[in-house]
Amino acid sequence: MAETKTVKFIITRQDSPDSAPYEEEFEVPYRPNMNVISALMEIRRNPVTTKGNKTAPITWDMNCLEEVCGACSMVINGKPRQACSALVDKLEQPIRLAPMKTFPVIRDLQIDRSRMFDSLKKVKAWIPIDGTYDLGPGPRMAETKRQWAYELSKCMTCGVCLEACPNVNSKTNFMGPFVFGQVRLFNAHPTGAMNKAERLNAFMEDGGIQGCGNSQNCVQACPKGIPLTTSIAAVNRDATIQSFKNFFGSDQI
Amino acid sequence: MAGNREFFNRRLHSLLGVIPIGLFLCIHLVVNHFATGGSSSFNRAANFMESLPFLHILEWILIFLPLLYHAIYGLYIAFTGTANVGRFGFFRNWMYLLQRITGVITLIFVAWHVWETRIAMAFGTALNYQMMHDILSSPFMFGFYAVGVVCAIFHFSNGLWSFMVSWGITVSPRSQVISTYVTMIIFVVLSIVGIQTLFAFV
Ligand code: SF4
Ligand code: FES
Repeated sequence: MAETKTVKFIITRQDSPDSAPYEEEFEVPYRPNMNVISALMEIRRNPVTTKGNKTAPITWDMNCLEEVCGACSMVINGKPRQACSALVDKLEQPIRLAPMKTFPVIRDLQIDRSRMFDSLKKVKAWIPIDGTYDLGPGPRMAETKRQWAYELSKCMTCGVCLEACPNVNSKTNFMGPFVFGQVRLFNAHPTGAMNKAERLNAFMEDGGIQGCGNSQNCVQACPKGIPLTTSIAAVNRDATIQSFKNFFGSDQI
Repeated sequence: MAGNREFFNRRLHSLLGVIPIGLFLCIHLVVNHFATGGSSSFNRAANFMESLPFLHILEWILIFLPLLYHAIYGLYIAFTGTANVGRFGFFRNWMYLLQRITGVITLIFVAWHVWETRIAMAFGTALNYQMMHDILSSPFMFGFYAVGVVCAIFHFSNGLWSFMVSWGITVSPRSQVISTYVTMIIFVVLSIVGIQTLFAFV
């Protein structure tokens, strides 16, 4: 057999949250249908750079391995996306991997997405059903609406839309595009709608709705095809109405 | 309502850009278009505008104060964004960047333009066809005005598009596409009006 085929990687690494990033090159034996994660596992098995230096294995995050958890997001050839669904055969080589710099880097390709979960808490992106007694069954949801809402519920807090957004950066406290989809989702739910005003008011506070500058990158970048810009405009409309209610004093809920 | 000042500021910025500033821009362009009918036609129109009752109050409330607010808050918005068209070269992302670039150019242009015309008039220079003719006969100033006018009109037209998104008027993707076409037609039409006017002065 002739020489074995290999895949070239250039990986941006960083040893600790505050240390300076640097690049390392790796060459991994090719296997058919491999994805970026399997290549990273291969490097972990044998952490030697192209130049032959032994180095520390690369750190990255992963969980579901089927593009539903969002943990493995990284910048692959300049594009933020999930490493588990990034097939090596479909990527131009050398394949460049870098962490999503919008988030604090923990180590190498591993980032800290806590800010996204904090944002969801801030806007109450859940349906409160806990009480001191049995609240009984909630109102029914129409099947057509359920199907529509399902699309919004696919968000996996992967952070790609934040990475793509020109307004999510260290100069602003904008929570990011994904929040619009989630606020819209929980406001549309028959039980969630009972807290609609609360959710909107929380989202109108600093770092909220107004941080969007309509560059519409998010909707193009979202791997789950969430209608983000439609959600932005829809939440904007609700916020307009809510702010009138707040000021002129109609029913607050 | 603690904590929603930013929301209020941003919405006010968006509103003022259309009413009164955008409206004023349209009136200004249309009135100045009288210049294509010759110097006396322009002077008559300019005199009419100058003879409006409560001129100073109108100017301050409908033009200067909103403009100042829109400009200062707009600068803040422009410089807290990080342009990334290199990595995400989508059409709307380019429009986002152009909106900010044209905004800054418009601010420089308008500041100079107000200084050279309205403030000069307050110091006693007559604001008439001759004044504009003198300014625009320099090729450099003509270029500066042409760029400034086109930028201001782009900023207004594209701003109209984002105004409609920001207030939740155009929600569906289709309505946003159509409003892109409509606002770009507004851009082209107003640009023709503006450039024709500039040529009428030379
Ligand atoms: S909206 Fe899309 S891009 Fe943004 S976090 Fe959710 S799944 Fe990821
Ligand atoms: S590992 Fe869950 S999305 Fe990639």
